[in-house]
Order: sequence, then structure tokens, then C-alpha cells
Amino acid sequence: MRVYFDYNATTPLAPDVIEAVARASGETFGNASSIHHFGQQAKAVLDDARSELATLIHGDPSEIVFTGGGTEADNMAIRGAAEAIEPTGRRHLIASPIEHEAVLNTLKALARRGWRTTLLPVDESGIVAPDRLREALQDDTALVSIMHANNEIGTIQPIAELAQLAHARGALLHTDAVQSVGKIPVDVRALGADLLSLSAHKFNGPKGAGALWIKRGTRMLPILTGGKHERNRRAGTENVPAIAGLGVAARLAGGKLGAEAARVAALRDRLEEGILRGVPGTAVNGTRGSRVPNTSNISFDRVEAESLLIALDLEGIAVSTGSACSSGTLEPSHVLRAMGLPTHRTQNSLRFSLGLFSTDAEVDRVVEVLPRLVEKLRNLSRKVS
Amino acid sequence: MRIVVAMSGGVDSSVAAALLAEQGHDVIGLSMQLYDQAEGQSSFGSCCSIDGLHDARRVAAAINIPHYVVNFERQFQEQVVSNFVNEYVAGRTPLPCAHCNGDLKFATLAERAASFGADAVATGHYARVEALRLAGDDSARLGQAVRPGGEDDARSRATRYVLKRGIDASKDQSYFLFSLTQAQLARAVFPVGDRPKTAVRTYARLRNLPVADKPDSQEICFIPDHDYRGFVEKQRPDTPRAGQFVDERGAVVGAHEGVHRFTVGQRRGLGLSSSPSGTPLYVLALRPAEQQVVVGPKSSLERTTLRASDVNWLIDTPTVPIRAAVQIRHRHQAAPATVRATAPGQATVTFDTPQIAITPGQAAVFYDGEIVLGGGWIES
Repeated sequence: MRVYFDYNATTPLAPDVIEAVARASGETFGNASSIHHFGQQAKAVLDDARSELATLIHGDPSEIVFTGGGTEADNMAIRGAAEAIEPTGRRHLIASPIEHEAVLNTLKALARRGWRTTLLPVDESGIVAPDRLREALQDDTALVSIMHANNEIGTIQPIAELAQLAHARGALLHTDAVQSVGKIPVDVRALGADLLSLSAHKFNGPKGAGALWIKRGTRMLPILTGGKHERNRRAGTENVPAIAGLGVAARLAGGKLGAEAARVAALRDRLEEGILRGVPGTAVNGTRGSRVPNTSNISFDRVEAESLLIALDLEGIAVSTGSACSSGTLEPSHVLRAMGLPTHRTQNSLRFSLGLFSTDAEVDRVVEVLPRLVEKLRNLSRKVS
Repeated sequence: MRIVVAMSGGVDSSVAAALLAEQGHDVIGLSMQLYDQAEGQSSFGSCCSIDGLHDARRVAAAINIPHYVVNFERQFQEQVVSNFVNEYVAGRTPLPCAHCNGDLKFATLAERAASFGADAVATGHYARVEALRLAGDDSARLGQAVRPGGEDDARSRATRYVLKRGIDASKDQSYFLFSLTQAQLARAVFPVGDRPKTAVRTYARLRNLPVADKPDSQEICFIPDHDYRGFVEKQRPDTPRAGQFVDERGAVVGAHEGVHRFTVGQRRGLGLSSSPSGTPLYVLALRPAEQQVVVGPKSSLERTTLRASDVNWLIDTPTVPIRAAVQIRHRHQAAPATVRATAPGQATVTFDTPQIAITPGQAAVFYDGEIVLGGGWIES
């Protein structure tokens, strides 16, 4: 049996999503900008998807811009807003150090072009304290970008409170909600954000489709220039099949948010308990309180995460160390480091992330296999040293 | 048997993996990431470059084995690159591939392999390892010298592992493997060592391996532009960058830009046309303390003796002088000599006829026919 516990990297497509992608690839192959019948059909697919997604996040369809994924949405939010705001003289950006690279490296790119940037400290559970934001805000702060839920540890940030503080100083608030949309209820109005990024493949939709929700009235410049697609906000022929899949995935996620979240949380908790009880020298990273229901990040004393990951894969169990984007590097997780964890813990932690197709049997298998593997690795490293 | 194959993305290690998989072994491909690819540094050569990792992954997919990239940047720097740089600065000519084999592939990588439950580590080297089962008497007689890794390893207690040249003499790499211990050899597998290179390529084409026609790797993998001098200067900015050429009597005959830029036996690139008598000049010796490069005629490069340290014997340490063919660099025709084990880890070699350019930092490897008896690092 193969176990897939890496849903935060990507998720398998729901069968209805596969069907929608196939249909939009075949029957409705038209260019959504074309005037004729084929174009109209494709346009209808986009409209449906936009409505489904708007419903899921409690926004208005006109506020949604489809993108090529979460990274593009993050880039569009930060670069697009920064460029629009720049003439007003605001030249300062704020984020947290545990943001996804799509945000962190976009800030770095803007810093090279003269923007000042501030990364707020997070506490040991990976949460940004609103007071820290209050202190960091300046008169010329243009945008604050704080993720809704963290990809590595699942911690949920107090976005509503942070948004109020940003707005009080005339700054916009962007939240990268790639890891929360589809997992927990997300209401853009309740969050008080101005910009919100999401990605379809994190909630059983296809890769290559995401969206940026832009609150009506927010001034933005397009980062991709070209045709008049997406109301002049994102040029380029829309990826209709993937967006069709995004729409269906949004509908499915919205339809069973509560029940599914509870089911996955129960599995995750059982997995976590099983590991903490079955494997000595383990600890949960982050907080067990405010986090998405599917994620558990655990450190294993005296075990190199890379080795444990491979050993697990050889047993048919797929998990990850930190984010998929950083595999192949020896850099300790920037998230765990920012939380103040000692170096050894940033290099011996694994992320287990569950989802739609996760089962009790999978949890049982991991809980059964892990103690043996960890003990073996620990014995070997003891012998070597 | 579960076997980890060190896959560089080249044709040899790819075929090694394919052969083992075909034989029904439980094969796991591991590729070593040896430097940071993230910062857009100039990529290393063919053996450990990002293209190499990519090719290894494609081959693993083609032969349907799991494949992982393991990060050994730190270990590579410590075990191989630092030694390489320090040797040049010390006026010696390093042999990084031998260090990579003995200290990284069959050490760090082998430990990692063991943690995945693998019984052996395979590479694409052209060499052979054979197990000699010892009879009871022999076992008792040789027991002293044979020290396999685990005390509990009954298999290797009664077995002596013999390292031999690959059967393709033009590709033989046993020279780079002399430092492997019995315990390391017990777990080493060289699937292409008993094939000629042409057969390896043919096999790769027959199996449609995506690297079948990839050129052989050349030179030092971590210095793609072959500018080892620049590499040493970048890694060790404190390296002295000026010194003098002197002749055999000590007379100054010119200036140079650092001892690390030279190797014993070198003729080209000295910036000295020739001796007053008109015969070409060669580097005879390097004196890093004085930053002197001693030059002279080719005849002065001839020597009949060398001293080796860190000697690894693959047979019982001989108590009397033995006859062997001794090879002093990769492309050297092993020459008849008498080898004496003078102290633990030390040996002297006396050649029957003078050899050209005995170079400190290179290995002296002792052969009996195609069998490696042992070897050490040339000190002088």
C-alpha cells in the first residue's frame, strides 16, 4: 500500500475535477475571448468557475482574476499593488519571515529596486503578534503581506486584526491563502483583506490554475501586459480546462468544508498522537491550537529528516521536509528557523499533510512503520559517531 | 539484495544501475548533490552538475527504480575540495577522485545506503572486486590482517576481497580505488568492471537509456573550466601569488605567480623558454615554504625511489620486501619495483628502472598483475 501524506505539496484531483478538465479540454476548447459560439462556450466555463470560487471565499465574481497559480497570484498582488501605489510616495513593504518564497523573493526583488522591506518576527508557534505589526507600520507603508495559513506548520494568522492595523495606517493587506482555501472557511470580507491569493491544486484542483481576489476599488497595475483578458488585469489566453477544474474543486470544497475538515482533523490528530506516543524524542512544531486541520509538523530527535524521508518513501510512505519547493537544499527550514527553533530541530523535522483521500488505514500504516525506521536510523548514526 | 547505486548521470553508472535492476536486485539510485545550485554559481562539470542529476533521474525513471538526490555539499567540501586546495597550496598535486571514492562514495554514501537497508553500494567504476572464500587454515592465517567492518559480519570474516583492474585496460579505474578497506570492498559492487567500455555503450543503446551517447566525463568535476589555479586562488585567497624559479643549484632563473600553479613534471606554461644550453625545462620540485619552483632538464626528473604514507594494504601487510608493479599516476604504465612496508602505514618503493616525475600528492598503487595489493600517497 502506498500512503500519500503530502497534500500541502499538491493534492490528487477529485474525479469530478478530472471530468471537468477533460470536458473543457475537448468540447469547450474555444478561446474565451472569441465572439463566436466556441468562444462563448469557453467564456461560460470561466464564468461558472468564477462564480463557484467567489461563493467559496465569499467574494464577488468580478473581484476574481485567474492566474497561472499561487506564485503568480502572490507576484501580481505585491508587484501590481506596489507599482500602482508607488506614485503616492509609499515605498515600504512588510511581510512575515515565514511567508512562502513567492512572497519573500518578490519582496527581495522589489528591495533591489529601492523598496524598503520589513520582516516581522513570529513567536515560537509561528504566529505574528499584532503588536509587532503596529510597531513596524510606517507612514509610507504600501502593503502588508501575511499568509493566512503556513504551508509547513499549518499555523493560522490573525489576519482580520492585522488588516485593521494596516488599514489604520493607509496600507493594503495581502494574504497568501494558498494553504487555507478549501481546508477551512475563508471569508474575504471577514478577513478584511484587500488581496488574497489561492491555488487550485492545493484543494484537489489541477495545477496551473490559481486566482487573486482583488477587493473592488483596489488600485492595481497588471504585471503581465498584453490583451484585455480578465478585465485588463491579467493578459494571456485563459487556461480554460484548468480553470474549469478550479471551479469544480471550489464547489466540492465548499460543499463539505465542515464535515471534511472534521474528518481530516481527526485523522491528523490520531496520526500525531500515534507518532508522539510510538516514537520517543518527538515533538510537534508550531501550535496545536490555531492551525489548519490537515497539517502536522514533527521533529525527530537525532534523525536527519532527509534520510527519514527517503526511508519512508522506500516503505511507500510519501511525506516531506518543509516545503516541496526547497527539497534538494540543505538550508534548514526558514519557517522553523524564524520560529526560533534550534538548528538541529530545523533539520530533523517532517511535515505530514493529509487530505481528501486520506484514510484510517494510511494513518495506521505510518504509525506502525515509523518507530522501526527511526530506531534504525538512530542506531546507525550512533554507530557512525 | 538491496543495492544503492551512486548515479552521476553518466553512461557508466547508468548502465551499472540498469544491469543490477535487470538481475533482479532491489536497486535504489542515489545522486549526490555536491554544491549549491540555488545561487546560480557556474555549474560544475559533467559528473555532479545539475544536468547530471537530471540525467540520473531520467535514467532511473526509464529503468523504473526509485531515485533520490542526497545533499553532500558539506562533506564534499570537507573531504574532497579542501584537500584538493590544501594539497596544491602545499606544493603537492592532489588526486581528488581517490579521496571522493574512499572518503565520500564508499564512506558517507555507504553509511546513508546502510540507513536505507542496502547491503551494498554500486558505482560505474571500471574495476572488479572478487570475494575469495578462505579455507579454514587460510582463514586462521589471514585472520589478523582482514578486519571487516562489523565484528558480527561472519560473511566477511571468512572472506578476503580482492580488488582488480577493470578488464578494459584503457578505462581501468582501480588506481582511484586503492584506499578502499576490506570492509568497504565487502560492500562494493562494480557492475561494468568486467565489460569493455564499448559494450557498456552498446548495452545503454539497447536499453534505450537516455544517456547512451553522452560523452565521457573529463578532468575534475568541480572545476568545469579546467582553471584549477583560479579555483585554488578563489578558495584560498591567502595563497602566495609570487615566487621564483630556481635551477638545480639554487640560482634564480625567473619569477612565477605561486607554487600552487605548478606540478612536478610540468613543461608547458612555465614562461621560461629553455635552459641556457637550449634543452627544455621541466618542474622538478616544489618548495612551498620558500615559494620556489625548481626547474631543470628532463633527465633530472628520473627517480628510482619513492616514499608513501597512509598505505592501505589489501593483502596482509608484508613482512619482507615484495615484488610488484607500481603505478604512480592515472596514465602511468605500472613499473616493476620492490616494495617495503617500513612502518604501519608507511612504505618505500624502489623501481628497477628510473621513473619520470614521481609526484607528491598522487597515489602509488601496487599491483600483482591485475590485482591491487595496496597503495599509498606519495610523500617524496
